[in-house]
Amino acid sequence: MDILGTLKGLASDSGFGLFFAEGGWKYLIMIAVACVLLYLGIHKKFEPLLLVGIAFGCLLTNLPGAGLYSPELWDAFLDPTNPAYHSFGTIMTHGGLLDILYIGVKAGVYPCLIFIGVGAMTDFGPLIANPKTFLLGAAAQFGVFFAFFGAILLGFTGNQAAAIGIIGGADGPTAILTATLLAPELLGAIAIAAYSYMALIPMIQPPIMKALTTEKERSVVMTQLRDVSKTEKILFPIITSSFIILLLPSTAPLIGSLMFGNLLKETGVTERLSDTAQNALMNIVTLFLGISVGATTVATRFLTLQTLGIVLLGLIAFSFSTVGGLLVGKLMYKLSGGKINPLIGSAGVSAVPMAARVSQMEGQKANPKNFLLMHAMGPNVAGVIGSAIAAGFLIKFFG
Amino acid sequence: MNTATVSGSPMELLPALGTAIMGYAVVFLGIVMLMFVIIITGKIMTARKQPAAAPAPAIEKPASAPKALPAPGSAGQVKLFDVPDKEAAMIMAIVANKMGKPLNELRFKSIKEITEEEK
Repeated sequence: MDILGTLKGLASDSGFGLFFAEGGWKYLIMIAVACVLLYLGIHKKFEPLLLVGIAFGCLLTNLPGAGLYSPELWDAFLDPTNPAYHSFGTIMTHGGLLDILYIGVKAGVYPCLIFIGVGAMTDFGPLIANPKTFLLGAAAQFGVFFAFFGAILLGFTGNQAAAIGIIGGADGPTAILTATLLAPELLGAIAIAAYSYMALIPMIQPPIMKALTTEKERSVVMTQLRDVSKTEKILFPIITSSFIILLLPSTAPLIGSLMFGNLLKETGVTERLSDTAQNALMNIVTLFLGISVGATTVATRFLTLQTLGIVLLGLIAFSFSTVGGLLVGKLMYKLSGGKINPLIGSAGVSAVPMAARVSQMEGQKANPKNFLLMHAMGPNVAGVIGSAIAAGFLIKFFG
Repeated sequence: MNTATVSGSPMELLPALGTAIMGYAVVFLGIVMLMFVIIITGKIMTARKQPAAAPAPAIEKPASAPKALPAPGSAGQVKLFDVPDKEAAMIMAIVANKMGKPLNELRFKSIKEITEEEK
């Protein structure tokens, strides 16, 4: 019996041994990246509910030999010349645990289920009370199309540029769905950039807000919003989903799910379902979504210059979305005779409710008697609808 | 890049710029149209609510007549409709805190719970 040979074989076949194989060092770098992401999620509390899952998925997928996620299977899944083209059966038969969980991302199920939960947690009352703030939600999609063009300049394909641009929508599920449908090879980098920048909104937005507004504009106190009746709140998801989906059918999965969740919340007769959507369903899907998206960050695919480009373009997208919202906010300030505080414009970047909180904080710094939170929630939730429309347009155009 | 698949094909700058402008315009168009639909719905709902609410002040007027008496502070002057004393005290304290004014400088006329039917 060749004991030494057996031991050598065990050592070379083990994950530790694979670190020393060709390109094995890349896995070590990705494990370090996973640890940094875990630190940001756990210690710095950067969107921890998703970032911790993404980071741990990143760690698991980069442990050589674990075989939890197989990018080759997904390459075959996307290759029309391969017998395994669009075969979920092949994934189920040959895939690892994270491959199987990733089917929910690939089929576009998880982002939509999360949107049901988001809808169930969202109060569209401030938007219904002041529908003009819809405009700010549209204006703040500027960064999506600016970054799209920037990505084309950097040499990305049309599909990839569209998936990168949607980071500017500051909406995780929308970014994941768009990337999955248009450029699945960039999903991991796009998801990490989107969630990291969403967590960094309190640092990204204030300097831009201060640069583009005057002290006088920031200190405007807005009048109290009107009361919105229960009937209006029930009608809103029905009207919005019907109208937007008829206008742009490709928005159906996102807008339909968002408004369904909101209807469950507002009817008052489906409290159990609303509660499940907000808590149990949301938590379970977040768990699967985070770890399976993290799994796509395989070292051989992730450590590229393109990833750096995506991180840079993501920041540009977020910044210019803020700029777009603020500029239209300033326009509304002028047209309303100084009754609208332009700071609520930056909340149009979605990222509910973080962006609205930033508007509130900056407003109070300028005028301690300023309470902008509810006013900023209008454009904030309009931003969710705006980014879904932007995604629908890009999916329709490039899908 | 070391990926086996690259989605899509390269795009020229001019068509990309056109796509970006068109996309932004579509977002605005969709949102503006939805905004008008919501404004119209809001106006219809408000108009429907007003006739129903009209008789209410006529009924409440006799009850509010004694409020003409001077009330230097909120204590002892506020009329409570289906609101326990403790809750009323909390509401007054919160309002005073949010307005940044001492409670004795504010005058509360009445506190009434608005039921779902009244909304």
